[in-house]
Amino acid sequence: MASATGSLSDPAALRRRGRFNPGDAVLYGLTLIAALSALVLLTLIARELISDAWPAMEEFGLGFLTSRTWNPTGNVFGAAPFLFGTALTSFGALLLAAPISIAIALFLTELAPRWLRGPVGALVEMLASVPSVVLGLWGILVMGPWIVDHVGPFLHRTLGWTPFFETAPAAGSSFLSAIAILTIMMVPIISSICRELFLNVPRELKEGALALGATRWELVKGVIFPYARAGMAAAMILGLGRAVGEAIAVTQVIGNNEAITWNLFDPGDTLASRIASSYQGATTHLMVSSLVYLAVILLAFSLVVNLLARVIVTRVAARQEGHT
Amino acid sequence: MNLTSEHRTRRRIVNWIMEGLATLAALAAVALLVIVVGSIAKRGIGAIDFDFFMETPSFLAGFGNEPSGIANAIVGTFVIVGFAVLMALPVGVLAAIYLNEFAPRRIQTPMTVAFDVLNGIPAIVIGIFVFVFLVAGHGQAGIKGAFALAILMLPLVARSTQEVLALVPDAMREASLALGAPRWRTTLSVVLPMAVGGIITGATLATARVAGETAPLLFTTSLASNSVSWDPTNALASIPMFIFTSSEQADPALQEQAWGAALVLITFVLAASMVARAFGLRSRRRLSGGR
Repeated sequence: MASATGSLSDPAALRRRGRFNPGDAVLYGLTLIAALSALVLLTLIARELISDAWPAMEEFGLGFLTSRTWNPTGNVFGAAPFLFGTALTSFGALLLAAPISIAIALFLTELAPRWLRGPVGALVEMLASVPSVVLGLWGILVMGPWIVDHVGPFLHRTLGWTPFFETAPAAGSSFLSAIAILTIMMVPIISSICRELFLNVPRELKEGALALGATRWELVKGVIFPYARAGMAAAMILGLGRAVGEAIAVTQVIGNNEAITWNLFDPGDTLASRIASSYQGATTHLMVSSLVYLAVILLAFSLVVNLLARVIVTRVAARQEGHT
Repeated sequence: MNLTSEHRTRRRIVNWIMEGLATLAALAAVALLVIVVGSIAKRGIGAIDFDFFMETPSFLAGFGNEPSGIANAIVGTFVIVGFAVLMALPVGVLAAIYLNEFAPRRIQTPMTVAFDVLNGIPAIVIGIFVFVFLVAGHGQAGIKGAFALAILMLPLVARSTQEVLALVPDAMREASLALGAPRWRTTLSVVLPMAVGGIITGATLATARVAGETAPLLFTTSLASNSVSWDPTNALASIPMFIFTSSEQADPALQEQAWGAALVLITFVLAASMVARAFGLRSRRRLSGGR
């Protein structure tokens, strides 16, 4: 790519002859500054957030993570209910989204007739471009009532013996609604990554399995899954990262409450949705600082998620290159 | 013999069930899209008339024939997103040029990772960042919301441009350099023109994506007045913020307005991404066909 100029015969001689060109220097400088913008922004974001979260960090320390009280009038803040809500809704959504997404990806790569793959794939990806505030609006006004009237009573009747559906559903705003909305948001992300992965499984492996008499499901279980396993894990981690960071749609449907309960019909809150719902109500300095503390937790989490997914992908790429 | 045939039947049935489930999942996803878009269209279409685009929200909309619309939100979104594009597009394209044309390999990977990491930061965190960085103590402004959206857009533009630039055949660069053109001329008049279709596609997708974002606007440009304003130094209304605030109201008239606004937003976003995808496919095919 960029090395095309230097390697012709004697690089040093060429460099000496290719005299200094001011136009090159200008373009190089401009593009370098632009390319550094990402690093600059990342450091700026981390620095500003940590410095503004500092008062809350000093006041509450790491106990912030385990304290259950969020009391603006008493000026006492703790993140435990939101950490719990984030974990419950994100993992709940992942539990639903992962099999659905993998199934969609399999349908699109192995089952669907060729002419159908493009359009269906495009439709699934369109689901990802529905703005979250629109999905949230649909979530409160259409899906919420539907859950209260139909899905909720059914779950309570059949699974009421588990801690998740103990009470009858009271309101459309609940952990369950948040899980449903997050599932809808995760599916297009995970399925489009899985689709790429499945397409990359070498054809010889697939044909070999079929030649040995494997059924299509055995091909999937025995060849495609093992081959794409690590990439699928990375896809799920990225989907999880998306769910953890989603603020708007979740705050619209989750009911904004500080609750630690396994009952999915109860309202709750996540880290991101608590920040979003407090946009007008942050009055004291310490409360703003506590909200920024929540944002720092989210920031740290998103960094871990991205780097983890990247490490998995690079390691797999290296391994697969070694194989062929 | 009996055992093997039984075994074979079982394998076939398992296979059959699994194929059915996969097909069902794909059907469900498509059905869901149809349901979501369909219910927005059904509920939103009633709110949309001439007044909807020309008037500002009236909180008396439920009583009598008070005309009500989202003109201020449409103008606000236009201004905010416009400034976001002005900020993110040049920086993103220049950054991609550095990454693809100039960066040594050792630097290229970590710098690309930096853009990916930036892309992974939740929108609400970006919103809070711009709040503590620019808004706290100084007040909200449309341009600050635009800055937040630009941060979201930057990695999208940079990465998509980088991918398109990588598709431009090296032979074109070599031909230009061999004719004696300096690097900057080669980049600006050979490489960029070949990639411009793909760059526009990426930029359009990124614009559609951030135009629907609410989280970055919550803390930066949410407390807007109820009149039409083009001034980016004021807090400006926006379509996503309008949907967000009216979705939490119990007033059915306001809810209908929210559906109308959602219909406008989703039409714009889906149309822009479909056009961009179709266009992008064509220009990409031409690029790789030129190899």
